[in-house]
Amino acid sequence: MSRLIEWIDERYPLTKVWKEHLAEYYAPKNFNFWYFFGSLAMLVLVNQIVTGVWLTMNYKPDADLAFASVEYIMRDVNWGWLIRYLHSTGASAFFIVIYLHMFRGLIYGSYRKPRELLWIIGVVIYLVMMATAFFGYLLPWGQMSYWGAQVIVNLFAAIPVIGEDLSIWIRGDYVISDTTLNRFFALHYLLPFILAALVFVHIVALHKVGSNNPDGIEIKKGPKGNRWSPDAPADGIPFHPYYTVKDIVGVAGFLIIFLAIVFFLPEMGGYFLERPNFEPANPLKTPEHIAPVWYFTPFYAMLRAVPSFGGTQVWGVLVMGASIVILFFLPWLDKSPVKSIRYKGPIFKVMIALFVIDFLVLGYLGMKPATPGRTLVAQIGTIYYFLFFLAMPIYSKIDKTKPVPERVTQ
Amino acid sequence: MSSEGVDLKKRRMLITATAGVGAVGVGFALVPFISYWQPSARAKALGAPEEADISKLEPGALLRVKWRGKVCWIVNRTEEMLKDLKENTSHLVDPDSEVPQQPEYCKNWHRSIKPKYWVAVGICTHLGCSPTYRPELAPADLGPDWKGGFFCPCHGSKFDLAGRVYKGVPAPTNLVVPPHKYLSDTVILIGEDQGGAA
Amino acid sequence: MKKLIAILSLALLPLAGFASSEGPELESADIDLTDHAAMQRGAKYFVNYCQGCHTLKYFRYERMQDFGLTKQQIKENLLFDKTKKVGDLMTNSFDPEQAAGWFGAAPPDLTLTARLKPGGGDWIYTYLKGFYKDDSRPFGVNNVVFPNVGMPHVLLDLQGMQEAVIETDEHGNKHVKELKLVQPGKLSPEEYDQVAKDLATFLTHVAEPMKLERQRIGFWVMLFLFIFFIVSFMLKKEYWKDVH
Repeated sequence: MSRLIEWIDERYPLTKVWKEHLAEYYAPKNFNFWYFFGSLAMLVLVNQIVTGVWLTMNYKPDADLAFASVEYIMRDVNWGWLIRYLHSTGASAFFIVIYLHMFRGLIYGSYRKPRELLWIIGVVIYLVMMATAFFGYLLPWGQMSYWGAQVIVNLFAAIPVIGEDLSIWIRGDYVISDTTLNRFFALHYLLPFILAALVFVHIVALHKVGSNNPDGIEIKKGPKGNRWSPDAPADGIPFHPYYTVKDIVGVAGFLIIFLAIVFFLPEMGGYFLERPNFEPANPLKTPEHIAPVWYFTPFYAMLRAVPSFGGTQVWGVLVMGASIVILFFLPWLDKSPVKSIRYKGPIFKVMIALFVIDFLVLGYLGMKPATPGRTLVAQIGTIYYFLFFLAMPIYSKIDKTKPVPERVTQ
Repeated sequence: MSSEGVDLKKRRMLITATAGVGAVGVGFALVPFISYWQPSARAKALGAPEEADISKLEPGALLRVKWRGKVCWIVNRTEEMLKDLKENTSHLVDPDSEVPQQPEYCKNWHRSIKPKYWVAVGICTHLGCSPTYRPELAPADLGPDWKGGFFCPCHGSKFDLAGRVYKGVPAPTNLVVPPHKYLSDTVILIGEDQGGAA
Repeated sequence: MKKLIAILSLALLPLAGFASSEGPELESADIDLTDHAAMQRGAKYFVNYCQGCHTLKYFRYERMQDFGLTKQQIKENLLFDKTKKVGDLMTNSFDPEQAAGWFGAAPPDLTLTARLKPGGGDWIYTYLKGFYKDDSRPFGVNNVVFPNVGMPHVLLDLQGMQEAVIETDEHGNKHVKELKLVQPGKLSPEEYDQVAKDLATFLTHVAEPMKLERQRIGFWVMLFLFIFFIVSFMLKKEYWKDVH
């Protein structure tokens, strides 16, 4: 065995990688609950890729056959129902895990120097994920798939001058059609592999700068020497075995919740699988109420909140785009002298709590049909969403902070 | 790494337990993904046993039936044809059907349940062409010794009227007899053994 | 941190009450997916009364074995088209385009109706009981849960004809307050309710035939995961003794 490893090591840095990234990668010892979601996101990505590849073995990306092929998988193919529910539930689980992962970064200041690029790569991952989910949502070719895609593609039509041509180019047709389905399928198959590559880059960046922690302290700058190595950070512990065994517990806990939904609530009350999608796409009949899947609804609510003026509805599209783009600038918006929420002052805490509520309320409004009252709330919500980011340079600076300890706390 | 105060035995035990339970989980998780490749309900429905009505099949004639996407023949053999099958076997590779190319209940001189009706998969055992039915005696192209049988146009393999292969032709074995049974005197079910499913 | 979680859970509260459905009130059919007898009767009613126009084009006859029928029974009692095999899908020979001409829209496939309609089986149950006399409609009937339905009341001779008691609310909108049986059919109201329930049970099963199996497997999966969780948790505890 050791001779085999020697043989490989001469040709490939196997032991080196193992040591640098696992056995001798020192992570802060004070990770808490919020630090499970990185490894869980990778688990869900693998689940999506594997079940997705298996689904394509029976799925037909053809407007006449797509819906029936999904039912074929659900009924006729051995265990097809399980593979499909794992994939459909996995899509929602992926967003839940990623939102929690991003929230962790937000509260502990994981985007702050020197982790700006790590955060930016993360936002790119989130964007690619949204694109993947959007392309994938058309594939079952149900009513919600069809009209959801119709509405989103029409957003591009709102762009002045080139909009109309752009939306036709995206569809390859004047309406969402077989051509659109076919290309969305191709992209839905491609993007997850780009996602996997980006995740690799994300981890490379993480291991360059080292993990942040709930105290927001740089363990590399602290004292040296622990029970494993005299040169390692005193507050660091080897990722393997300590965080591998911990992450296994996280995986087990996650699987209990995830598979409980897969086996007992795959529709999740119409949030994960929506009722109108049990009817094949019908270009002549719009469902009474169309809304995107839950994970897009906060952004959809912002889109609808902005009225059209000057003869164009491009403003809503711009606001929606800006709501994502602004995430890229977060590392430079936070001027607080401390990273973690533990040592930030009351203003920041209130702002973050309100931000979470705001995001959930926007998500709720995005699912419901618009009424004047709801639109007003969505407008206030949209303003707050941007206020949270744009006013951050001010309130993070004036906020009272607590002294940060020298060493991490348990 | 220093190992003071570490109960290595307990750790090894717990690692074994976690890895063991995890391996069982992975094993079970693989089942759906492997089973997924098995024929689906649709494939099974399409490959379901096929009924053939032989009430209108005249003596000497051949009926084609499709089963699991393959052509199957049912031949109504005349008395003369049967007589020849029993007596004239010197030119055959496997006259007693020793090679299991047929269900056990068709391992006999006529390679069928009832001597009169012969059921076979109409695919040459050489490279998969479908041989042509040549019941006539001594046609010009097949020579004076031809007593009726099947001739594969692709590579010239010859079979007699029980699908037994001639010596000196490319095909190695007799034609395949599929599982079948009589539902009545005039209806044959191809794809299901006598007394059970195939 | 704890405060933050408390705020978050408060914020999630409004979402909890949101799953309630809109639309007319449905009568509960109290569907029991283990009631094989009801499904067998429902299947019989379906092939006799519904399949002339409606298909179950994703459902194979042979799946009726799931609720206790044998292939022979299916073939003899439920498969009218003798060119079909038990493994075939439950289609019909009704031309959808022609049908669209008669009814205004092609009769929909019903395989997934129980998953499509809010209320599922209860919707089907209420729908089957909800036909009432309305001379303004082409077939002389309307429906409480499906206003201006294009379909005739196929079970009319079983149920008999109902008439609607219409009330007008303060905004001048008309609502069906209740239905009254004005001309009894072959069955008593209780017997007819059972027919509607049997059909609803059958169609609920058809919409997701693997539901009970899914839950049965899910139980074992959960049991396994709890064991795995405990073992891996013990492993983590043991290793983390090193970390001070």
